[in-house]
Amino acid sequence: MIAASAAANPFIVDADQVFVLLRDWLVGFLPAALRPAAGAVLGVIAIVCVFPGLFALTTVFERKGLGRMQNRLGPNRVGPFGFFQPIADGIKSLTKEDIVPLRANAVVHFLAPLVLVATVFMGFAVLPMGRNMVLVDMDAGLLFFFAMGAATELSIFMAGWSSRNKYSLLGAMRAVAQMISYEVVLLLSSVSVVMISGSLSLSKIVAAQDQYSGVFPHWYIFTPWGLAGFLVFAIAATAETNRSPFDLPEGESELVAGYHIEYSGFKFALFFLGEYLAMFSISGLGTTLFLGGWSAPFSFLAWVPSWIWFFGKVMLFIFVFIWMRGTLPRLRQDQLMNFAWKFVLPFTLLNLVVTALWRFMGPGWSRWIVCSLILLAAYVVMGRLEMRSDHFGRRSYRYAE
Amino acid sequence: MSAIFYLLAVITLAGGLATVLLKQLVHCALAATVAFAGLALLFLQLDAQFAGFAQILVYIGAVAILIVFAILLTHGSHMPKDGVFSRSWALGLVIAAGVFAILGWAVLAGISAVPRQNAPPSATVRDIGEALVGRYVLPLEIVALLLTAATIGAVVVAMHEKASPR
Amino acid sequence: MLGDGILKGLAETAKNFFLSYVSRERLTTVEYPEHRIPTAENARVFPFLVYDGPDWLAGMRCVACQICEKECPPKCIYIEKSSDKKPDYVGKQQFYPARFDIDISVCMSCQICVEVCPFEAIKMDTQFELATDDRFGGLLEDRRKLARSNEYYHSIHPAEAAEVDARLAEEKAKVEARAKAAAKAAASPAPAAATESAPPAKTEGGS
Repeated sequence: MIAASAAANPFIVDADQVFVLLRDWLVGFLPAALRPAAGAVLGVIAIVCVFPGLFALTTVFERKGLGRMQNRLGPNRVGPFGFFQPIADGIKSLTKEDIVPLRANAVVHFLAPLVLVATVFMGFAVLPMGRNMVLVDMDAGLLFFFAMGAATELSIFMAGWSSRNKYSLLGAMRAVAQMISYEVVLLLSSVSVVMISGSLSLSKIVAAQDQYSGVFPHWYIFTPWGLAGFLVFAIAATAETNRSPFDLPEGESELVAGYHIEYSGFKFALFFLGEYLAMFSISGLGTTLFLGGWSAPFSFLAWVPSWIWFFGKVMLFIFVFIWMRGTLPRLRQDQLMNFAWKFVLPFTLLNLVVTALWRFMGPGWSRWIVCSLILLAAYVVMGRLEMRSDHFGRRSYRYAE
Repeated sequence: MSAIFYLLAVITLAGGLATVLLKQLVHCALAATVAFAGLALLFLQLDAQFAGFAQILVYIGAVAILIVFAILLTHGSHMPKDGVFSRSWALGLVIAAGVFAILGWAVLAGISAVPRQNAPPSATVRDIGEALVGRYVLPLEIVALLLTAATIGAVVVAMHEKASPR
Repeated sequence: MLGDGILKGLAETAKNFFLSYVSRERLTTVEYPEHRIPTAENARVFPFLVYDGPDWLAGMRCVACQICEKECPPKCIYIEKSSDKKPDYVGKQQFYPARFDIDISVCMSCQICVEVCPFEAIKMDTQFELATDDRFGGLLEDRRKLARSNEYYHSIHPAEAAEVDARLAEEKAKVEARAKAAAKAAASPAPAAATESAPPAKTEGGS
């Protein structure tokens, strides 16, 4: 379908492939031996420029959006409608004094933000951001993404431990415990997509969703297991990026700022950047796995450039993140862990079984009904169990020896 | 052997050496992570994507964190006063040399046993998956059983502690 | 069912988000430097010294009795008594403060100085924009900076100022009556002295 329209109109192809063509044109000036390396470098430069830019924009939108949700105006002083605010913030964090606590472990303290930002950036390498727009099309792209996500945990621990501050250490322990718990869920909810598409390569997963029945796309979110998987994935992604309501690691009411409490100036800005980049990359992964990546939501909209769809969906994800932050209060540590291990994880495991069922029942209406009913019944029953009133009794404490 | 291999080898060895030589335990754990990362990169350099990423995911994402948690929760991050080096280091040296000799012998013997191929063997994720649920399904199931037993054991240990209030 | 509370909350914030663009009444904040909410009458920030009439030094009610200096919990008031005297609002000769400083970086706005002042000379201001680029001298206010007219007092705390004026007028009338009685008792030579002391306090009668 896309091929037919593309053949009809070369302009649409150009708009879709504008970045690929630009890269090829720029690389064309170099001798043939250097071209692959130069192309990769250009891709890296593009990622390193685009996502921090998006980060700057998101900070303004987030503050304005949160303000509106609380019936305030939000920042509107710097530049038109306050949109130069991130520039002011950037200058401020660059000129601030860089303070390292006297008894901090200076080397680890210095390395932690760098490791965080570097590993988060690496996750972008395998995300297909448009047709033919993936930096490294790996056979095991999904695995690579999760491997990089796992490495960020260590950097958070490094930050918390090296600061020699009880609050930052507590924040880091919370963050690591939370991220490990929810990473299990994140992985398992992605496995159902792998089971159906039969590939760990993210570009192949998108290609499998880039088909249409009539005008409707074959996105995985439009299947029972996909919807359940997507919701679980979204919950785990929120926890994985330490966003509200799962922002206990930086619970300012009890931990001041969590693991980055002893960071100031540009190192703090790097943590801030890393946090938002992690949000973008996990949103990109969610988009790729469940929302069809760069494919258009309706077949008649396929002429819109694919990268617009990808970034549009990522920003939609970000908006939901902000919306959640403006709505929900923070969880308590025991609630967080109970939710992960007693509700989300069993549900995800069930979803895996349902996905297998979906796979082996073959096409037809029966699998829609069976899978939906199983998931719905499980949700209702587990929800009831979770909301039993004896959950709200006296809390018992256990202290470490 | 390319320059990249030697660079990665140096990183891995340096990480490993730092793991045993550094005095602060958390530093040792972080140095071990560097060694893990070096190993993962070596796997990747051999075109074994799955093994490389699994190495990062499991060793850096889980094992390193586990070690770090163990150190912090057992007051291990404090330096012992009388040094961290065992007095029976000579015995350790002998054991290490013995293990190294056996491993080296196995590797050298293995090289002559396997016929030399010109094309590097390809092990895609699909091949690994098919091998796991095909030829090696029994070992896989045994490992799964073992892990389940370990999980149940962990739960039982935790339950026992809760059942006896202080 | 599990999750319906979350949906309800999301609907509420979404409503706030969109309606805040439609109706300005929803916005609970004002754009501060351009628009400001008038300060409440009972607002209090830092103390100031009240004076009557056009001349701040001549009309200053403070008699440098130093009660406020002694009572001030954080000890932020510094007073030096004058060597000469000037007439107060009833015409009686009183000391006046040669130096009256309040360190507003120390002041905690407790209003105890106002409560203890027997001369209605020190009152609380509502002016809160006191930022300065000189953190040592700029926050130490001297008697010139502290002096504000009675009219200004009326403009910020009208009810309280009227009450104070009534009380002062009553006291002054009492003093004048007593003086008149004393003059009458002292028979003929006295009236000149009584009338002489009256004019300086004339300007006060705002009531």
